[in-house]
Amino acid sequence: MHPWLAFLCFFRLLFGRKLPPEAAKYLPEDALPKKQLAEAPPAIVEKPVEKPKVGGTASQRDGALSLLALLQREGRFVDFVRDSVDGASDADIGAAAREVHRGCKKVLDQILTFEPVMPGAEEEKVSVPKGFDPAEVRLIGEAKGEPPYRGTLRHHGWRVVDARLPTLAEGIDRTVIAPAEVEL
Amino acid sequence: MKILGIDLGTTNSAIAVSAPDEPARSIGIAQVVGPGEIAERPTLPSFLLLPSEHEVAPAQLQLPWSGPMRYCVGTFARERGAELPHRLVSSAKSWLCNPSIDRTAQVLPFRGAQRELEAEMADGERVSPVNASARYLAHLRAAWDDANPDEPADEQEVLVTVPASFDPVARELTVVAAREAGFEKITLLEEPQAAFYAYLAARGEAWRKDLKPGDVVLVCDVGGGTTDFSLIEVRDDEGNLTLERIAVGDHILLGGDNMDLALSAIVQRELGKPLDAMQQRALVHACRRAKEHLLSADAPASVPVSILGRGSKLIGGTIKAEVTRAQAEALLVDGFFPKVGADAKAERRRAIGLREMGLPYAHDPAVTRHLAEFIGRFGKMPTAVLFNGGVMKAEQLRGRVMELLRTWAGRDVRVLGGVDLDLAVALGAAHYGAVRRGKGIRIRGGTARSYYIGIESAMPAIPGFAPPVKALCVAPQGLEEGSTVELPDDELGLIIGEMAAFRFFAAATRKEDGAGALIDADAEGVVELDPVEKQVPGDADHKPGDLVPVRLEAHVTEVGTLELWCVARDGKGRWKLEYSVRERE
Repeated sequence: MHPWLAFLCFFRLLFGRKLPPEAAKYLPEDALPKKQLAEAPPAIVEKPVEKPKVGGTASQRDGALSLLALLQREGRFVDFVRDSVDGASDADIGAAAREVHRGCKKVLDQILTFEPVMPGAEEEKVSVPKGFDPAEVRLIGEAKGEPPYRGTLRHHGWRVVDARLPTLAEGIDRTVIAPAEVEL
Repeated sequence: MKILGIDLGTTNSAIAVSAPDEPARSIGIAQVVGPGEIAERPTLPSFLLLPSEHEVAPAQLQLPWSGPMRYCVGTFARERGAELPHRLVSSAKSWLCNPSIDRTAQVLPFRGAQRELEAEMADGERVSPVNASARYLAHLRAAWDDANPDEPADEQEVLVTVPASFDPVARELTVVAAREAGFEKITLLEEPQAAFYAYLAARGEAWRKDLKPGDVVLVCDVGGGTTDFSLIEVRDDEGNLTLERIAVGDHILLGGDNMDLALSAIVQRELGKPLDAMQQRALVHACRRAKEHLLSADAPASVPVSILGRGSKLIGGTIKAEVTRAQAEALLVDGFFPKVGADAKAERRRAIGLREMGLPYAHDPAVTRHLAEFIGRFGKMPTAVLFNGGVMKAEQLRGRVMELLRTWAGRDVRVLGGVDLDLAVALGAAHYGAVRRGKGIRIRGGTARSYYIGIESAMPAIPGFAPPVKALCVAPQGLEEGSTVELPDDELGLIIGEMAAFRFFAAATRKEDGAGALIDADAEGVVELDPVEKQVPGDADHKPGDLVPVRLEAHVTEVGTLELWCVARDGKGRWKLEYSVRERE
């Protein structure tokens, strides 16, 4: 996506709560609710009454929640982060973290393939070429003149090069990240 | 037309595809992996979950090609099933070759002696071993069709693998399961042969450098639930190398699951705390990882095993233990793969008066004793080994097997490599389809055993003695697919309208018996299988009560099953004998 369009999107959404028509072609078909595409006033957008209010479109929300459910199921991620570490010993935290790490790593390995955005070792000198994308390389400090810029690679960044997200069946309440468990 | 190779495994199933110009490759299988979550996995765990709707909502089990489902196979079935063991069918394949139950009756999930006590569970759905296998195959078929709508699976050439040790009944039932799953026509292939084809496919023409005439290759397949051995000999046929499968072992219910359970029992003792069902499962998983880690080439001295607490508060509730390399070696290497002599034999527990029905698990956990017995029985020492099955990924276990084989042989024994131990069988099956079309070398083998019909010998009745039973060889060992054996005329007759039943026997070590040979039914190496039977209704030529003189005919089908026929000597009719799968005493 072009940077100008990104800015346009941002401000249109901020003030008009609508995407510019040019942005629509960059989005998957189901990412936008039909009503918005038809330029209907936002007031008619259905709001779930009893369900807790969560931002985003239904499919965005379900996608995010199901990833969280996956991390919880395999790695007890929500339990771990919601638990209080105040007063717990490093040994106890470490013992739990080892298992949480293993499970969460398994999930990430299964559904995503990562690679560094910028090759090269961290703390080494790198060159940021002309025409670089500011969304890919974040400059820290003052950039003088035109690229290329010389600098030190502090973090090589992460890019997802392959996503194998699970397909989600319809009609399931994704707000249940983990069901209550009752042993009979 | 494509070729689909299906590995219908005891604990995991896999599928591979090949085409005339494409080498075999395995394909991911879409399946339910979490409630309402579908993803591809390289294998389909062979588990069937039959939950009530209070236990799992049908909407959570729907697949891209289905509506809400009342059952589930694969990853989620295995995971959720650990919490609902009374609803979980596992090891259906081992039940398929267990003669102590009726394999077409709805007996799974098996409840054993508890059956009567759990009357309140009687409402749950039960399936037969054949039906469970059919559901795994049907899932593979639907997943393929969903991804390849223009090339439906039942229009491709389909190969399904079976253990080499499967008897004719289990093979027949596998074909029935495939038909139930919508595969009208399949071909069977023995798993160790499939693994060998995977090796041939991976090596290309280089295998001719690996192997020389006179080489005997042991295919050593130790999977999650079963252990299977075969011997393949390399021969020189007028300057051409040929491959012949010369021996297959028994069906041994012993595998990696036993090892994980054994290790988890030790760790649990160390933990000193009772674990609930979920934690128990987590512990077995953790022990499997520890096993793989501790038996690898550069294993650490110990591996921590931790089990998270059950409640939502994690920190402070974690149970920890440590498994040392010494422990793992003592238990897994020396326990399951002990150093034994070449003359060792697997221990068999003497039959106790009353035995609970269930799967006939191996009594002797020592894989190496089973191996020594297998090699001793056939008297051919292998010169090379091809490993297969997840357990053999462990460097130390492979090392122990090689160490023993070299000691027994008194010379070097080589390892053939290059196959993926989890997917080789499916890949090899897909490759074999191309071989059948004339691309590449074929392993000759034919039937692995010789088969016999029981004939009661005519002798004066003596009180208290059953007349001795003779066994008439109807199909000699090594009968190739598509061939027929006609038996010389014997004084056999069928009574029209009555059930004719014959006892049925097999032997793996009686290569010398030709068709028509008559031996004692209790001769060495002869085992009894399910009987074969036929009730011939009357027709225009035959009235009920008539005695029709018949001769026997054995036919090995192109599919890979054995058929026995009664042919009327006057040429007026032929009847196929059916395998009886009813429960046996």
